[in-house]
Amino acid sequence: MSGLSLQDISMRFDLPNGSSVQALENVSLDLKPGELMSVLGPSGCGKTTLLNIVAGFLAQTSGKLVLNEHEISGPDAERGMVFQKGALFEWMSVRENVGFGPSMKGMPKGEKAKIVDHLLDVVGLQDFKEKAIYELSGGMQQRVALARCLANEPDVILMDEPLGALDALTREKMQSLVLKLWKETGKTIILITHSVEEALLLGERLIVMAPRPGRIHKEYRLPFAELGVGADLREVKKHPDFGPKRDEILAMIWDMEEEIMGRTEESA
Amino acid sequence: MTGFFVLAIYVGIFIASFFIVTKVIHHATVKDFTSLKTVTFGDESAVRPNRAAGIISILTLFLIWGMFTGSSLLPGFLHAPAPFLGTAEFTYTVEANGERDDATVTVVVYPREVETDAPEVAPGDGFAKNDSAAIAQWRTGLIRVDGNDDIKKSDGAEVVAINGQPITRGGTVQIDSGSVTLSDKGTPNFAPSRGWQMEPLYLPPPEQVWTRTVQVIDEGFRNFTLWQHLGYSLFRVVAGFFFGALVGIPLGYAMGLSNWFRGWFDPIVEFMRPVPPLALIPLVIIWFGIGETGKIILLFLAALWIMAIAARSGVSGVNISKVHAAYSLGASKWQIMRYVIVPNSLPEIFTGARVAMGVCWGTVVAAELVAAEQGAGMMIMVASRFQNTDIVILGIILIGVIGFGIDMLMRWAERFLVPWKGKA
Repeated sequence: MSGLSLQDISMRFDLPNGSSVQALENVSLDLKPGELMSVLGPSGCGKTTLLNIVAGFLAQTSGKLVLNEHEISGPDAERGMVFQKGALFEWMSVRENVGFGPSMKGMPKGEKAKIVDHLLDVVGLQDFKEKAIYELSGGMQQRVALARCLANEPDVILMDEPLGALDALTREKMQSLVLKLWKETGKTIILITHSVEEALLLGERLIVMAPRPGRIHKEYRLPFAELGVGADLREVKKHPDFGPKRDEILAMIWDMEEEIMGRTEESA
Repeated sequence: MTGFFVLAIYVGIFIASFFIVTKVIHHATVKDFTSLKTVTFGDESAVRPNRAAGIISILTLFLIWGMFTGSSLLPGFLHAPAPFLGTAEFTYTVEANGERDDATVTVVVYPREVETDAPEVAPGDGFAKNDSAAIAQWRTGLIRVDGNDDIKKSDGAEVVAINGQPITRGGTVQIDSGSVTLSDKGTPNFAPSRGWQMEPLYLPPPEQVWTRTVQVIDEGFRNFTLWQHLGYSLFRVVAGFFFGALVGIPLGYAMGLSNWFRGWFDPIVEFMRPVPPLALIPLVIIWFGIGETGKIILLFLAALWIMAIAARSGVSGVNISKVHAAYSLGASKWQIMRYVIVPNSLPEIFTGARVAMGVCWGTVVAAELVAAEQGAGMMIMVASRFQNTDIVILGIILIGVIGFGIDMLMRWAERFLVPWKGKA
C-alpha cells in the first residue's frame, strides 16, 4: 500500500524526577497520496511531537510508521518540512535557499536553475531571486520556505504552523497559495495550525487532537479545500456548512482547554 | 590644587562649548526622521554623537596638555603660570654676638638645558657678605650664606630674617620668586616658585613628543626602527591569534557537536577561561624564555579559550529548525556542518575574534613590558627606565591607535563577511 501510515504511535517521555509524560497514545492514521490533512488541538496535545515523529526528528516509543511500504526511521528528503519561521539560511540568497535540496543531491547546475526558476515563478518571487533572506518580509520568507521544500520533490510535506507568524491579510494570500500548490503538485500534506478557520479551509481531512495523553479526538472530511482551489477563500467561508463546523470545533477545543485549566488549578 | 584647576577648566570648556554649539551655531540641522523625534531623552536610538563635541573634546585635551606644559604651540597668555626663571634676589639678616647685619643673595634660576654659573657679586660691607647661587629650573638649592661671612655658623652666627621677615630653623618665608626655608641646621634653602605647569620630566609638551616621534622614526630605538618594534608586536598578536583560532575553533565545534568532547574539554576550558593571560607570563617565561616562542604561546593561550567558547556558542546558537530543515532537505552530516553550522556560527566567531584580538593586543604589550628585546611594550618600559617620558607617551598613543585600528579592521571584515549578523 502506498501512502503514509501511522500505526499505534505512542510517545512517552521519562522525566528526571521519575514520573513520565504520555505525549501520544496509540495514534493511528492512514494518508493516501495527495491527501491534505490539517491537525488542530489545544496546546500540549502532541501535534508538534507527532509531526516531529513523522519527519524523523524523534523516535516513537512504540508503534510503526510506514511510507510507501518502507518503515520510517530518521529524517529524509522524501519528507519535506516547512517551519513557522527561522528555518531559512540567512547566509544564502533566495535562489540558493530554494536550490539547497537539489544542491545537496549534487544535481547539475542547469537542471537545478530550471527547478528554482520554475518554483520562484510559482510562488511569485522571480524578482527577488538574488535578494538576501533578511531583506524579505515575513510572507515572502514563507514563500521561499515553501519553494525550498517543493524543490526537493518530497512525497510528503509537513507544515508546522507555517502561516502562524503572518498578519491576517498575508495569511489569507498564503492559504490560497498552499491550496494551489497542493492541487498542482499533488503532494501529501500534513498541516498543523492553531487557527480553526485555517484548518477548515486547508483540510480535506481534519483531525482534532485531545491532550493528556495526546490522541486523535475526532476526524472530519471536509469539502472546503476542494472548493477553495482557485477560488476566493472569503466566498468559501460563506458556505452554509462552514460556520456551523467552525463553531462545533471551536466549542470542542474550548472544552478541552477549560478541562486543562481546571486540572492545573486543582493540582496547584 | 592644580588638579582641581585642570578639572575646572575642563568642565568649563565642556559647558561653554555645549551652549555655544547647541544654542548658537546648531540652528541649521537637517530635518531627518530622527531629528523630528520629540521624545529623545530615553530613546537611545535618537542619541547620535555630536561631531562638534567630538572635535572640541579632542582639541580640549591637547589645549589642556599644552597649557600645563607651557607648549610653544599655544600663545603665551594661555599658559598656566610658569615656574620661575631668571634672577631672584632676597636679603638675609644674620645675628651674631648680639649684632645684626644684612646681606643680599642673588640666585640665577636657569633652564635645565643651559648650565649656568653663579654670578659674581660684590661682597658688600658688614660682617655678612653678599652671596650668589645658580639653581636649575624645577630644582631647589641650599645656599650656604655663611661661607664667605666673617662670622660663620660654627661661631654662633644665625640667620634670623629673610627680606626683613623673621625666620627660625624649620620655618619658611615667601618671597616674590619663590620661598626660602631655613633648614634644621640653619642654612637657607631657596625653592623658586614652581608655577602650575608640569615638569617636562613628568609630562613633556606635545611638540616635544612630536619631535621625539620624528626622531624615533628616523633613528629607531634600541637597535630597532619604530616600525620593527610595532611590527614585532603585531606579528606576535597575529601569529598567536592565528594558532589560537586554528585550534580553538575546531575545538569549539567539537564541543558543540559531541558529548564526549564536551565532557572532556568543558572543565579545562571553563577553568582556563577566567585565568587572565597576564598570570601566565611568568610560567611562560620560565618554560620558553623571553623569545618569540614564549610570546606566541602566551598569545595562543589567550586566544584559544575565547575562540573555543565563541565557536561552541556559535554551534549551540543555531536555530534547531535550520538543522531539521537541512536534514529533511536531504543534507548529510558533513553537508550540515559545511552549509549550516559553520556559516551560522560565523557571527559568534567574529565577535569572539574581536574580543580575542583585543585581549591579545593587551597581553602582548604586557608581556613585552615584562621582558622582550623589541616591541611596543618593551619600548615604553625601557624609555620609562631612562625617564624618556616623551617616548612613553608616544608608545601609549601608538598602542592605542593600533588597538583601535585592529578593532576597526575586524568590524569591517565582519560587515563584509557576515552581512546577515543580527538580522536573523
